[in-house]
Amino acid sequence: MAKQFLKGNEAVVKGAILAGCRAYYGYPITPASEIAHAAAMYMPLAGGTFVQAESEVAAINMVYGASAAGERVMTASSGPGISLKQEGVSYCAGAELPCVIVDIVRGGPGLGNIAPEQSDYNQVVKGGGHGNYKVLVLAPNSVQEMCDFGMLAFDLADKYRNPVYVLTDGFIGQMMEPVEFPEPVTTIPEKTWAVKGTDETTNNFITSIDLDPDDLERHNQKLQQKYAIIEEQEQRAEEYRTDDAEIVLIGYGIISRIIQTVVDELRDKGVKAGMLRPITLFPFPKKALEKLTKTTQFFLTVEMSNGQLVDDVRLLVEGRKPVHLYTRMGGNVPSTKEIHDEVMKLMRLS
Amino acid sequence: MNTILKKSSSFFDVYERRPGSDKLTTTYCPGCGHGVLHKLIAEALDDFGVREKTIFISPVGCSVFAYYYFHTGNVQVAHGRAPAAATGIKRAHPGSIVISYQGDGDLAAIGTAEIIHAANRGEGITVFFVNNAVYGMTGGQMAPTTLIGQKTMTTPRGRSVENDGYPIRMSEIIATLDAPVFVERVMIGDTKSTMHTRQTVRKALKLQIEKNGFSFIEVLAACPSQLKMTPSRSKLWVKEVLEKRFPLGVCKDISGEFEGRKFTRKDVKNDELHDILDLETAQVDLEKISRFQDKPINEEIKVAGFGGQGVLSLGTVLSEMGMRHNYEVSWLPSYGPEMRGGTANCSVKISKKKIGSPLVANPTILIAMNRPSLDKFENDVVSGGLIIYDDSLIDRKPVRDDVDIIPIPATKLADELGNTKAANMVIVGALITVKEIMSQQIILDSLGDVLKRKNLVELNQKAILRGAEYIKNLKK
Repeated sequence: MAKQFLKGNEAVVKGAILAGCRAYYGYPITPASEIAHAAAMYMPLAGGTFVQAESEVAAINMVYGASAAGERVMTASSGPGISLKQEGVSYCAGAELPCVIVDIVRGGPGLGNIAPEQSDYNQVVKGGGHGNYKVLVLAPNSVQEMCDFGMLAFDLADKYRNPVYVLTDGFIGQMMEPVEFPEPVTTIPEKTWAVKGTDETTNNFITSIDLDPDDLERHNQKLQQKYAIIEEQEQRAEEYRTDDAEIVLIGYGIISRIIQTVVDELRDKGVKAGMLRPITLFPFPKKALEKLTKTTQFFLTVEMSNGQLVDDVRLLVEGRKPVHLYTRMGGNVPSTKEIHDEVMKLMRLS
Repeated sequence: MNTILKKSSSFFDVYERRPGSDKLTTTYCPGCGHGVLHKLIAEALDDFGVREKTIFISPVGCSVFAYYYFHTGNVQVAHGRAPAAATGIKRAHPGSIVISYQGDGDLAAIGTAEIIHAANRGEGITVFFVNNAVYGMTGGQMAPTTLIGQKTMTTPRGRSVENDGYPIRMSEIIATLDAPVFVERVMIGDTKSTMHTRQTVRKALKLQIEKNGFSFIEVLAACPSQLKMTPSRSKLWVKEVLEKRFPLGVCKDISGEFEGRKFTRKDVKNDELHDILDLETAQVDLEKISRFQDKPINEEIKVAGFGGQGVLSLGTVLSEMGMRHNYEVSWLPSYGPEMRGGTANCSVKISKKKIGSPLVANPTILIAMNRPSLDKFENDVVSGGLIIYDDSLIDRKPVRDDVDIIPIPATKLADELGNTKAANMVIVGALITVKEIMSQQIILDSLGDVLKRKNLVELNQKAILRGAEYIKNLKK
């Protein structure tokens, strides 16, 4: 076991470079700034490029250009910055350009604060910008996963020619934990569609405009087919002590770690509790949730947002089992005791 | 004169990408400046032999479909963002020729920030800025370059200074920046001015081909459809009216002394990444830590003090040393404005079990380095927990009677060692002596790997020993 003690925001950059990412375009914002700091430090040394863009809007469009040119490229921000990037993400999705966007979510709305929240769920998982598109969303809950998903995100982005988000909260970005580094990738898939300033690529063009409604509808249908394949093939979830669970707690990111502790405490008391942790938020882990819907008595979704995750849970459970919600907002992180008490209250009621 | 006149080979012979049955003509209106400028660019690419290396960026506006025509790499981009996308493209392929082509609304209104900053970075691209003083494709609205009094769909009574400000002169603005190499305003109008524009287009492209210099060419052109004029009348308008506000000529030219943009990308091999990315990891020596393996450690530590007291690094040292003892560890700072001035604190968890939340709300150990920290966190400590505080700085005793309390004059002891900043390591030495959760030898041995400032390792080792000694003397 050889590990390095590392900050989440640095781990995602090291993971990205190990995945062959050599371009970073971004704008500083707390609590995501260390991602830019690490990229500024390491990208040029690794033969890449780093630009502190004039704005979030410019940054995502630099990403668009670099991706069109065939680079593995990333950017990072937090809530307000992600809002600004949304138009560019829509263009990337429309032109089918792979890229990786890290969102270290802070408190909102508006300027809010810099404490951790999960309130970007809807603006990221549901697409966020204009048009009929989806982005893959990975939700790490540890510094190790910041590194691992920093790599995985690029594979998925290239595989589906689609933007991929790494979505997490201020805690996971700011905290330090031991990390084991994976081996660097040895081959990056050839991008024959990219525009590279070479003879072979002069017939390539990247665009998202299509004035003919029939053509644009066909393009949209093609995108929807792609998303359907992603939904079928890329669902990821972690289940913890769910085998005989009568109560299933659902949460992602930092919440999943707190829930896991709660599950252990409840088990010690003889309560058959378990946890479902979505690792991909799009695609939502429907298969795992479907299986648990048959066996659990009720669900409790815990989130640091106003019931954004719970909407997806309820949509899939379709009223077959009660789905409860416990939420904190404004940058407050629920304690194990709060969640524990909530479970006990729900058990008395049910 | 037996030259065979034919279409530039930088254009497609047949515009297959254009929808509909007409695959031979462009979508541009008669008298529009885009067609002529496209032709001048395409012919230059032919003559310089760089078509294959060229990437043409189509903006939003009438030239959005430039990729119908140019047989080069093509990227169509969002409104105003061509210089940003160009930045990403050119840096991916520094040897390519990148043309960023924009109209007046695109470049001088919605994309003002992008062009200013791409120019200011001196990206190795060529920008063509077509100024026809009106929004064409969107339907004849006011452009930032619309003239005073000029009627458009959004200035139905004519552009007024009071409401809309003045027509903006982009070339002059760009020319004030240091990085741009060549900035000129030209015109597509009569044969003479168009022939001069041809020369300017070639000079700008050549500058990119030879030196990767940033150039900005503003091209005054006509939009007969939105001006509601005949093509010939609109050309006259450009010359007689538009040019009065936007004088032709070179705004900046340092191409002579410009030595070339030094931007390169190097190919780094995977086996170099270990050093470059600082991937050095810590090994755990199980033999040396065997005596700690059976202890049911589960410490939640809050470290708090003034910024500058080394509060955060006290926390990272404890966590990193915990990692070297095969414990599960986490460290979480109070981040943001809180850390700039005033108090700082961090949460450290050291446990044999997997760590849930990294936030410490109710510490088993509170390390208070100043009075506000003791005041703030004393009541949070769990019953039976431990408070270690610097009694050389804190002028009151903790009032809790259900916790262990250890005062240590860490700052005074550090001062005696010659550096106040070592107070945090005095505390580390004290803590591991009280709690016996880590090996003092391992900590002393690996301090050099953990501390960023290598010149302070010896001092900090002494500080740890001093803290340990102080506790041992207390116990006696």
